Amino acid sequence: MKLYRDLTIHQKQIVWAWTFLALPVLFYGVIRFYPTGNAILISFQDWNLLGDRTWTGFDNYSTLFADPVFWKVFKNTFVYLLLGTPISLVISFVIAYHLDKTRFLHGFLRMLYFLPFMTSAVAMAWVWRWFYQPVPIGLFNNALASVGIPQINFLNSTTNALPAILAPAVWAGLGFQIIIFMAGLRAIPRSYYEAARIDGVSTWSILWEITLPLLKPTIVFLVVFSSIGFLRIFDHVFNMTTNNPGGPLNATKPLVLMIYQTAFSSFDMGYAAAQTVVLFVVLLVVSLLQLRLLRDR
Amino acid sequence: MTFKTLKALALATATGGTVAFGSAAHAVEIEYWQYFFDARVTAMEQLIENFETANPDITVTMTHFPYADYRTKVAAAIPAGEGPDVVQLFYGWLNDYVQADLIQPLPAETFPASQIDTDFFPMVQAMKDGDQYWALPTAVRSLALFYNERLLDEAGVEPPTTLDELMAAAEAMTKVDGAGNITQVGVTAGMTAQDHHWWREGLIRQMGGEPYTNDYQTVNYNNEAGLKALEFYAGMFQRENPVTAIGFMDEPQAAFKAGRAGMHIDGSFRIGSLADIRGLKWGVTELPATADGQRSNYSSYWVNAITTKAEGEKYDAAVKFMQYITSDEAMQIWLDVVGELPAKPSVGMTEANANDPIFGPFIRGLEYANTTKFADESGQRQLMVEMVERMTLEGMSAADSLAIAAEAEQKLLDGYFAAN
Repeated sequence: MKLYRDLTIHQKQIVWAWTFLALPVLFYGVIRFYPTGNAILISFQDWNLLGDRTWTGFDNYSTLFADPVFWKVFKNTFVYLLLGTPISLVISFVIAYHLDKTRFLHGFLRMLYFLPFMTSAVAMAWVWRWFYQPVPIGLFNNALASVGIPQINFLNSTTNALPAILAPAVWAGLGFQIIIFMAGLRAIPRSYYEAARIDGVSTWSILWEITLPLLKPTIVFLVVFSSIGFLRIFDHVFNMTTNNPGGPLNATKPLVLMIYQTAFSSFDMGYAAAQTVVLFVVLLVVSLLQLRLLRDR
Repeated sequence: MTFKTLKALALATATGGTVAFGSAAHAVEIEYWQYFFDARVTAMEQLIENFETANPDITVTMTHFPYADYRTKVAAAIPAGEGPDVVQLFYGWLNDYVQADLIQPLPAETFPASQIDTDFFPMVQAMKDGDQYWALPTAVRSLALFYNERLLDEAGVEPPTTLDELMAAAEAMTKVDGAGNITQVGVTAGMTAQDHHWWREGLIRQMGGEPYTNDYQTVNYNNEAGLKALEFYAGMFQRENPVTAIGFMDEPQAAFKAGRAGMHIDGSFRIGSLADIRGLKWGVTELPATADGQRSNYSSYWVNAITTKAEGEKYDAAVKFMQYITSDEAMQIWLDVVGELPAKPSVGMTEANANDPIFGPFIRGLEYANTTKFADESGQRQLMVEMVERMTLEGMSAADSLAIAAEAEQKLLDGYFAAN
């Protein structure tokens, strides 16, 4: 007690700050950092969940980098990212921009756009999976067949399957991005627009010179957020291809699905952990790069 | 102390009668674990009740949890000295469980290997190591050909008994629309369902091959028999007028349930879910034979084993329990409640069971069934799926695709057996 009494006010503040911080620090330590560290450890071991863990050095990593499936999956993951993020951002911005100007049924329209975001991804993926089926049960192909157009192989194709799975994933995320964009748009002071109008600036110039630059913090947030989302895409792919996860011929398999299969159907925990570490590094690099590129100078 | 234990104590005291009071307090409690599946739990409850009546000094507590958590929980509990004394596991996991020191072999005095060899259907020998058995099933599963009676009648064909008849019947039942899109398949196809088993242990053996050698450690289908089997299989959907389509109605069993497939190869575990479909009239027949009568089938099963945790009197009780759940009586109960096939011919091949219109074809199939010893069942299935996909989506020849699959599977097996 005497020890505490001898402290200066500033030191006492520090003691209290750490007392209150102890809980979240402990929580993060035990729930976040310990498992992360353990996963990195397992990535250098061989373990099938049942037996002993044995050290294998860099074996898991060398197997991984020599595995053609891994590179295929790695490429898929980036295709999801590079298609998904820009497409979803452009669509959601266009919708938010116009929705912001609409007064008629504004709340109702906003609700309609937000609804898919609240729907379970699993249920949605299954409904889309059935939409995509060939005749006689698929909605799209039945429509095509009824007007005499040949069927399109949506999911059972090495080229069409990935975009077919990406589409509902983009659609599902739109609601959230629209809401954030609208909040960003609302935060731009009206007076800038009024001044621009008095000066007779065109709508395009207002968009390019005022709206978009002032939305930058919102855009940075959404780019980072949706990139992480697409890099970790799993539920849509898994549920739309459960019989043949990530198929056909690994054409739709993202990294997270490969990790899941390695860990929980092949029970090769070391190999799965090595893939996790790679995913972690990728996420870290991509996020840091984006923050740096999009940061205010 | 659970209610069950109290009940058992009361029962033990009551039936003990003249036995000194002290012996009731000696009741041994053993634990049994299985994954949750309604009918299996009901059947096991019934077995436990019968067992406890016969052995008043033993109490069996059953614990069950979702299939998804099963492996991790077992792995965590047994080394910690917790968990089951008798555990249920998939036959394909045996090697992992043995390696991890989770189970112990059954005592040779009570379960002599020679006796089991003659008493059980032959594929159970996959559980044997030298002259000891590691585990034994109560029930087994096999494949058979389901057919839609209404579609068969409509096309005027009989349930096929040979592969040629299968093709002819399938052709008669396939329907296409004006644009050539298939709207009803003669027979379902898809390696994602049970077809990979049919191909491995059925077709390859029927074409005169042997899918694996060296105790399932060496792939042996990249040859004439394997190619003939693959060509027959692919012939169903890669011919001028296909009798089936991969991915038709999403899943083979869905197409059959919806009455849009004339025939469907599936396991005995499908019986339960087909029984409740309104308006579907179906029957079962044995897997088709070759022209010269060659038949082959695939069987899989869940086994029970004694864990390394069971020691002393618990071990003795566990042995007794194992004896009961592998008895003829237990197998009949399992067939009646769960609909899974008895693991012994003495129960399966009884007049009533072997000629049962539904169970019969499956049970008769057990006599010529083989069990694949998988290293990684879903991984090995995936290779079969891709073998067909390379042919349908990339236009690869059967021979090339077969060679790639064989090489990839050998690599998978080598990796697994090198690690274990």
